[in-house]
Amino acid sequence: MKSLSALGLRVSLVIASFAFAPVAMAGKTLDAIKSRGQVVCGVNTGLAGFSGADSQGKWTGLDVDVCRAIAAAVLGDAEKVRWVPLVAQQRFTALQSGEVDILSRNTTFTLTRDASLGLHQTAVTFYDGQGFMVPASTKIKSAKQLKGATVCVQSGTTTEKNLTDFSRANKLDLKAVVYEKLEAVNAAYFAGRCQAYTTDASGLASIRSKEAKNPKDHVILPELISKEPLGPMVRRGDDEWFAITKWVIYGLLEAEEYGVTQANVDKLKAESTDPVVQRILGKSEDTGKLLGLDRDWMVRALKAVGNYSEIFERNVGEKTPLGLERGTNALWNDGGLMYAFPIR
Amino acid sequence: MATPPKRKWSWRSGAGRALVYQALLVVVLLGLLAYLASNTVRNMQARGIQSGFGFLADAAGFDISESLISFESIDPYWKAFLVGLLNTLRVAAIGIVLTTVLGTLLGVGRFASNALVRGACYAYVELFRNVPVLLQLLMWYLLLVEYLPAPQEPIHLLGDWVFLSKGGLAFPVPQWSPHWAWSVPVPSGFLMEGGATVTPEFLAVLLGLSLYTAAFVAEVVRSGIASVSRGQADAAASLGLSPAQTMRLVTLPQALRVIVPPLTNQYLNLTKNSSLAVAIGYPDVVSIANTALNQTGRAVECIAIIMLVYLSTSLSTSALMNAYNRRVAIAER
Repeated sequence: MKSLSALGLRVSLVIASFAFAPVAMAGKTLDAIKSRGQVVCGVNTGLAGFSGADSQGKWTGLDVDVCRAIAAAVLGDAEKVRWVPLVAQQRFTALQSGEVDILSRNTTFTLTRDASLGLHQTAVTFYDGQGFMVPASTKIKSAKQLKGATVCVQSGTTTEKNLTDFSRANKLDLKAVVYEKLEAVNAAYFAGRCQAYTTDASGLASIRSKEAKNPKDHVILPELISKEPLGPMVRRGDDEWFAITKWVIYGLLEAEEYGVTQANVDKLKAESTDPVVQRILGKSEDTGKLLGLDRDWMVRALKAVGNYSEIFERNVGEKTPLGLERGTNALWNDGGLMYAFPIR
Repeated sequence: MATPPKRKWSWRSGAGRALVYQALLVVVLLGLLAYLASNTVRNMQARGIQSGFGFLADAAGFDISESLISFESIDPYWKAFLVGLLNTLRVAAIGIVLTTVLGTLLGVGRFASNALVRGACYAYVELFRNVPVLLQLLMWYLLLVEYLPAPQEPIHLLGDWVFLSKGGLAFPVPQWSPHWAWSVPVPSGFLMEGGATVTPEFLAVLLGLSLYTAAFVAEVVRSGIASVSRGQADAAASLGLSPAQTMRLVTLPQALRVIVPPLTNQYLNLTKNSSLAVAIGYPDVVSIANTALNQTGRAVECIAIIMLVYLSTSLSTSALMNAYNRRVAIAER
């Protein structure tokens, strides 16, 4: 009798613990952020120029700056962010489960990701394309000359599919060797295991500058074989948070278009007579209130990280080791594709 | 002698009560599992995350660098998983054979009369047991990839029949058409024309796993040999058998009874450790599932497939080994 009641107690405790398991959060992200006092931002474990921690543990990069701008707009302090480094396989699960509030991790917008993961794509922060890098000693000038080559690829990205599409379309019979970790891909390519390396063109520039013994020994081929619009993603079911993240990005682009920089924000807020600038900086209208924030939302974001061109030049621009030109990432009226929706 | 009276089964006996409790426990466990599964599906639907195994019929859209069967990127996902499964089984099967051979030699070597042999075996076991297996795999891979020559100038082995380079190990295979002959590899540019190639990734996984697990197998064999009483060896010597004959005909067969069950463990470890191949680019089932997971977003389904693959592989291996164990078990009176 004693053993029966002890067993029954144990069984019912196990069942009860499952019944009281915490219900996963599906509601107001903004409320949670405000009560927590921090934005939880999912970033890359280390991709130079986009998101990476330096030797002091300080995070820098284009994706990092976007999260800082959002934190400044929402909480008033760009440092109130908790960084969660994620590898490619876990990034969507981390966002779906609620572990991070926003995924700012050089993620390409595609139909599958928009439609089947329960996630939303906010706004494009970087227009990229997939390219190839080969050693200069192979004297290859074009991707179409890569017949039968072995190509190093990192798993967990859209890269493999694009590589296969390109190989089939041009009958190149490329062989992909797929590694899980970026360090393994880099080691294999620079040791000579593969004849080519493929990833986003910005990633190639970053890896060449950081990993190659002599960056001049490697050539990035001119062809871009795919479109890779990169930007942050958020969960579905929270339209308020979706709107905030999207409009902070558009605000950074609008600020560049109308000449608002990190240095002159306060001055322009006080003195500018341009009605668009007055609207962006919350002087004439309170657009922040419509989003659930306050009227100084863009002022704080711009003071924290500057406008889009400052973010670009600081992280991936011509003075950085990546040395990228604005190219397709210039504003729409400057020959590029960056077209911010108007803040009004 | 009269037959003892048959005992009547009673639900009130200790055995009866135990049966009822076990049945209750099974029902409760199944209920918990059903609750977890339905909770997961319900949560996924609530968030708009699509689920289901229907994606297995869609075109995969990626190529696989090394495969036993022919695979194109337009083949469906389930075929990609099959390729991954075959790759895992290929490295596990060859690895098990190599590790058994090497491990047995090392284990027997611990009892050699030559002190140098004994010391070498001891050093090997201690070295390879204590370094984490992922580091060993990475080390072998980076060594192979760094120091092998480029595919354009490979190392010639066995005359001109086998080539070793950064592109892998190329060896001749028999071909049936147009006529029975050997298809010999010939280096040309990036690839080899003819023959079959195994990639450096496969070589590194095979080498790393075999050498690592051989250290454990050596200890298992050593414990098995040590379990056979000294009297057996003395009796064999008194019959005029040499030490080698004693080991082969008397000691090892009796040691098998102690060796086979832990050896099964080591075989299962080797099979499961092959999932680390994803770190060095070998397309085993975990690597394929990772790619499928990223392209379709079906995290729960892909992980479930991986678990199913390893579970069934492990259960089959241990069932085979248990059958073998029963065969070599010493029938005691």
